[in-house]
Amino acid sequence: MKIKLKVKRTDPEKGTTGYSKYEIEAPESTTLLDALIQVREYEDGSLALRCSCRSAICGSCSMRVDGRARLACRAKIIALTRGDESHELSVEAMGNMPVIKDLVNDMESFWAKMRSVDPYLRPVGPEPEAEYRVPNETMIDLTHTMNCIMCGACVSDCTVLEVDKSFIAPAALAKAYRFAGDPRDGHTHDRLEKLSEAGGIWDCTRCNMCVEVCPKGVAPMNRILQMREMALEAGLTNNTGARHTNIFTKSITDGGRLNEIWMVPGSVGMFNLPRILTEMPGALKMARVGKLPFNQMIPPGMPGSHKMQGMDRVRNLIRKSASLKAPKPEVKD
Amino acid sequence: MAVYEHDVLVIGAGLAGMRAAIAAQQMGADVAMISKVHPVRSHSNAAQGGINGPGVGEDGGPWEEHAYETTKASDYLGDQDAIEVLAKEGGREVLQTEHWGVVYSRKPDGSMAVRRFGGMGKARTFFVGAITGQAILHVLYEQLMRPSVYKAMRNYEEWFVTSLIMDEGQCRGAVAMNIRTGELHAITAKATIVCTGGLGRVYEPSTNALICTGDGISLAYRAGAPIMDMEMVQIHPTSLKGSGVLITEGARGEGAYLLNKDGERFMTKYAPSMMELASRDVVSRAEQTEIDEGRGVDGCVFLDMRHLGEDLIKERLEEIYEIARDLVNIDIAKELLPILPGVHYIMGGVKTDVDGLTSIPGLYSAGEAACVSVHGANRVGANSLLDTLVFGRRAADHAWPWMQGKTFKPIPESVVEKDRAMIRGIMDRPTNGDRIAKIRRDMGMSMSANVGLFRTPERIQKQLDTLKELRARYEKVGVEDKGKVFNTDLLFHIELGYMLDCAEMITKSALERKESRGAHTRLDYPNRDDVNWLKHIVLTLQPDGSEKMTYQPVTITQWQPQERKY
Repeated sequence: MKIKLKVKRTDPEKGTTGYSKYEIEAPESTTLLDALIQVREYEDGSLALRCSCRSAICGSCSMRVDGRARLACRAKIIALTRGDESHELSVEAMGNMPVIKDLVNDMESFWAKMRSVDPYLRPVGPEPEAEYRVPNETMIDLTHTMNCIMCGACVSDCTVLEVDKSFIAPAALAKAYRFAGDPRDGHTHDRLEKLSEAGGIWDCTRCNMCVEVCPKGVAPMNRILQMREMALEAGLTNNTGARHTNIFTKSITDGGRLNEIWMVPGSVGMFNLPRILTEMPGALKMARVGKLPFNQMIPPGMPGSHKMQGMDRVRNLIRKSASLKAPKPEVKD
Repeated sequence: MAVYEHDVLVIGAGLAGMRAAIAAQQMGADVAMISKVHPVRSHSNAAQGGINGPGVGEDGGPWEEHAYETTKASDYLGDQDAIEVLAKEGGREVLQTEHWGVVYSRKPDGSMAVRRFGGMGKARTFFVGAITGQAILHVLYEQLMRPSVYKAMRNYEEWFVTSLIMDEGQCRGAVAMNIRTGELHAITAKATIVCTGGLGRVYEPSTNALICTGDGISLAYRAGAPIMDMEMVQIHPTSLKGSGVLITEGARGEGAYLLNKDGERFMTKYAPSMMELASRDVVSRAEQTEIDEGRGVDGCVFLDMRHLGEDLIKERLEEIYEIARDLVNIDIAKELLPILPGVHYIMGGVKTDVDGLTSIPGLYSAGEAACVSVHGANRVGANSLLDTLVFGRRAADHAWPWMQGKTFKPIPESVVEKDRAMIRGIMDRPTNGDRIAKIRRDMGMSMSANVGLFRTPERIQKQLDTLKELRARYEKVGVEDKGKVFNTDLLFHIELGYMLDCAEMITKSALERKESRGAHTRLDYPNRDDVNWLKHIVLTLQPDGSEKMTYQPVTITQWQPQERKY
């Protein structure tokens, strides 16, 4: 099989970037990592990339292929090109992190965020003499998160991080779940409280990108959503994200549709005038195009608030969806 | 020249290295850890199946049982005083990792579950699905991310060691290159602990990661430390067709069968009582015999997991399910998996005592790089993780009191200049059409062909000649990358030098041992010979550049050598 690669090169010593094109012959079973190693060993010894285990356990070889983060050792060339030998694969370093050289990222920001979630077990009370007694189901659930190999693919393609560098981002939040969900840990409430602050669990926009690019089925976004539920159950509602969720839910269960008038005050706080004022230009724009229906002036839940027709059916739907759980995603390559 | 000083310098950041670093830090030492990859990229990750837990609850069983089984599997080449330490202190280490947060699989009552592993009389292996090594490695790294530890410990991440600093017969740290800048620095230390793991890449194919190039074994050898049992290379029974990636013994522990092309469970012929869970050397030889006698398919036999059921596979062998699906497009719940024996582990390494101390004051070693020896001629599955934790900690425990009162001695610039000159020599060499990758591949293929599972004096001798040719090519080959930053071309060049050292030690020792014991099978001496060979082979580089081969008696405490049957 013929393989065509166009690799983005970064030369830190000259301060230049550019592209190198390679064409190699390799068997059909070849992965992207095999191809790059073949290039490095027999075509161009100056190509820099990280790799070690070849079996998706060390997490070294994440990079972007045709614009999407992948673990090179898990990516079969034939699947990437859909068998089209003329397809030139575009390969570059991960996004959202600086590049040291060629396909090698500087991952310090990744690790700094990991450290920011207190990523170590903090039990309270005396250590048991033997092991902690905990349910197997919980351990299996946490093992799915421990499957994370810190490859950085989810951080590379996180759409929130692209615009907001303070976002803790999927990998570290998944790590946080591994402790928040661990019955041996004694600081669940503190952890959730800290995670509810700006940059934390409520800043995810649920774009699902991290779930799609994760090569290990960790599904970071689902862990973030699980922690949101845990935070609400723990009564951690005094923050924009939680209030937004609550006013959203209240609006739908009460009237059947999103009450755009009360959404902002309900999220940022009813008396948070400075913050509400910053939203005014947007609100006026919405009013001009008729997106702020004035029959919704009464806040959801108050006597006389607006109700759409067929509220019984809406409430039924809500009851049904509440009993559903997010399925564990299939890992796609 | 920036000079760095630490009480303890740990080289390698896998399980042994991190365990040593944590122990030293807890005692109050100024610790530095140096590793050519980020700690969580270390190859301890790849240990899938589990960790033996002698003495942990009823399942762990009495330590004596574990010690006996380890001794028996070692074909009585393991030193029993060391094995006793491993078995007595291992359970405490397993529990420590649980308390730190490892998510061990559980039984319905919430206590830790066990599975059976090869060479063990009963199920005593604790596990996290099929990612046990990864789960423990990441939890140890979590401990290093504690703010108090993170601030106190220096982590030379992606630094590459080029030599150990020797002065008046003592080890005083290492010279290393910061891969990010290409600059060399001296890192001085009162105690240096070599935890650089194995050398599997000396062979091709291998279950090992690309970073397993025997760096520490070679570094210690060049510094004059004795190296022991190098002929004992473990060949794992189940590596995947093609890439040679590891398929855990845990699969057989959960009940998988080995079948030949006729669908026969051939282990009935070789190990009627333990079957697929006989010792690794026994199972690998059985498979190769089946393949050599024409009962394999395409150089492979089959691992059959179909009867285990999809639920058990997904809960306990998910990693294997994914590897098979992604790399060979096989659904192990429905299809047979083609596997073959593959080079996996070096039982030998830097000779140490039970405290990890080598023959050189200030130089310690632990984990796969070291040879205590607890594994002897054949390592039991799920003992490698245990070895890293027990002896990683013990090395730190010994080094800390030993170094009290000792002071740093200034290191002359010439120490670093020597390595700079070595690197300039490589960089300035013109490329000559040969390639590092070609020499490495020729080394790996010839090692597998000539010093693999079944050995003859003719083939071993041939390999010694081949290695001489490869060494000559190595001295002449240059690098293409002339840059300073992240020059992996240069690193591979230096690594190949380490690998050639290891290949030579393996081959010389294999020629010397005229018997068959554990992983070492000599077709011209098919039996174990306790009269002449119940001893270790030790290689030491002399100050004048010559090599000395000596013997070291095996320590026997409770268990006299017996015939080994499974």
